[in-house]
Amino acid sequence: MTVTRFRWVPVAMVVLFLAACGGSKSTKPIDTPRAGIEDRGISTDEMSEIDAGANSQGLGGEDTYSATVLGNPDDPNSPLSVRVIYFDLDSSNVRSDFSATIEAHAAYLAANSDVSIRLEGHADERGSREYNLALGERRALAVRKRLVLLGASAAQVRAVSYGEERPVSGGSDENSYALNRRVEITY
Amino acid sequence: MRLRNVRWTFLLAAFCVSCVQAQNRDLLEIRITQGIEGALPIAIVPFDWRADVRPTVDVSAIITGDLRSSGRFAPMPAADLPARPGSFAEVNFKDWRLYGIDNLVIGEVKQIAEDRFSVEFRVIDVISTKQLAGFRIPTNAANLRLTAHHISDLIYEAVLKVKGAFATRIAYVTVSKPLKNRLYQLQIADSDGYNARTILESKEPLLSPSWSPSGDRLAYVSFEEQNSAIYVQNIRTGKREKIAFGRGINSSPAFSPDGRRLAMTRSREGNPDIYILDLTTRKQRRLTTHGAIDTEAQWTKDGRDIVFTSDRGGGPQIYRVAVEGGRPKRLTFNMGDYNSRASLSADGKSMAVVHGTNTGYRIAVVDLDSGNFNVLTSARLDESPSFAPNGAMIIYATMSKNGAELAAVSADGRVRQRLALQTGEVREPAWGPFRK
Repeated sequence: MTVTRFRWVPVAMVVLFLAACGGSKSTKPIDTPRAGIEDRGISTDEMSEIDAGANSQGLGGEDTYSATVLGNPDDPNSPLSVRVIYFDLDSSNVRSDFSATIEAHAAYLAANSDVSIRLEGHADERGSREYNLALGERRALAVRKRLVLLGASAAQVRAVSYGEERPVSGGSDENSYALNRRVEITY
Repeated sequence: MRLRNVRWTFLLAAFCVSCVQAQNRDLLEIRITQGIEGALPIAIVPFDWRADVRPTVDVSAIITGDLRSSGRFAPMPAADLPARPGSFAEVNFKDWRLYGIDNLVIGEVKQIAEDRFSVEFRVIDVISTKQLAGFRIPTNAANLRLTAHHISDLIYEAVLKVKGAFATRIAYVTVSKPLKNRLYQLQIADSDGYNARTILESKEPLLSPSWSPSGDRLAYVSFEEQNSAIYVQNIRTGKREKIAFGRGINSSPAFSPDGRRLAMTRSREGNPDIYILDLTTRKQRRLTTHGAIDTEAQWTKDGRDIVFTSDRGGGPQIYRVAVEGGRPKRLTFNMGDYNSRASLSADGKSMAVVHGTNTGYRIAVVDLDSGNFNVLTSARLDESPSFAPNGAMIIYATMSKNGAELAAVSADGRVRQRLALQTGEVREPAWGPFRK
């Protein structure tokens, strides 16, 4: 039901939005899975599981989402312009201050089934690298799950983890750590 | 006798595929940062060089450095030696006893043919006036440094009755410093940091190098295809193969003791679990099935069990499970909320871990019989412990004010040393096996 509603988003707005995307570093072609990597049987079960969850809770997004947000992707106040979601220490819970962001991206994906995104999960530098790689994935999957619950298709959202390997801030202090515990959204 | 602080600097000739005459002038520095009481006084008499070419390496100086870095020996500085006997008959035992020397090493390097040398040495117990060991080792100019490490191993074993691990190698990852446009290099060096060679270069992160038991291959994780993937590379030929890739995490490889299987972490079925891959048949089997994070697998030396990190109990702790499957048993108790990345000692009796508390992440050693643990390090971000094959030292990654560097600590925590590149970071050390 949710999906149907978002089909009404004017095409012009979508074009405008994509143009805005083009200006960022995400001009790189959307990461298409390499042949032989993704299309193994295993993925199907996971998707259907998450899709099932989407049907039961998808209406939540409808209440809070406003179409005017989608219409102004250039607007720095638009939730769609937010491409980084930050996390608390040792946590993969999506904070409530990012709810609007995630709802906006989910709505956009629901309205544009040919668009896919990549979620990159990251951790701060503390603790062992391999464990942090797993924590980064847990964060990316938490965002993915929310997007799918809100109407995006699981096939549109690819989650990867870089663990602590790609910090945005090189410092070893709480401020740097807070900036590095994140999920980056790339169109 | 107190250990003096030593400070050696030397050139690292890093092999660079893309540049023809590239000599990477990174300075590698080894420094003993914490000495010990009770190191054994030993004298290494400079070896006579009997050849018509100039010496390429100073064999006795390398031996002196090795023994000192172990923390178990306090070699007498060459300048202080009261005599320089060339043979057993020339040794005046009284003199050496007067200087408090317990053991004496004498030897020589002889040229046999154009590029053939013979190194002879004897380890003499000054107290009992007996020879503990004596060997003649054939070598050539290119291998002279390795021969010196080999001699250090034999001296270590003759005196301490434990195999030395100086003639071994370490693998590690270096990273150029700027945050943008980083260059990652997978390198292999002698255990003292010399002879560093780059075996892989990438603009994307590299991590978790893991040695095959015979030392001929390295498994590692590379992000070169925008996601983690496991590769196995032959060190001699440079040929490599992509082993595990695709959806989710593909990381934390570990060779089985027979070299035929690889334990690894994959999350393609939803969350990170340990898988066992048969390298011959390429069949993989999922070993853990818990919904929590299971990663950082290590094989026990008998190849029967896997030790791994899991947060199934809340925070990360170390567990053990039979390779054939079964219920994992927790190994770390009463040691806080964070214990990860286990490395097992060769005798299987102890395990080094990253031990996190609210004051930092340190290397701790756990006695597997009693469950008692000992925190060995004191910096804020210590990680990636890796036991030397003789169990005497643990190499790990640490953070100093200069950035990320490597350090080694004795398994009893009494001696510590640092290994630093002066430009860029060093991380993810893995101590290689004994050379065959």
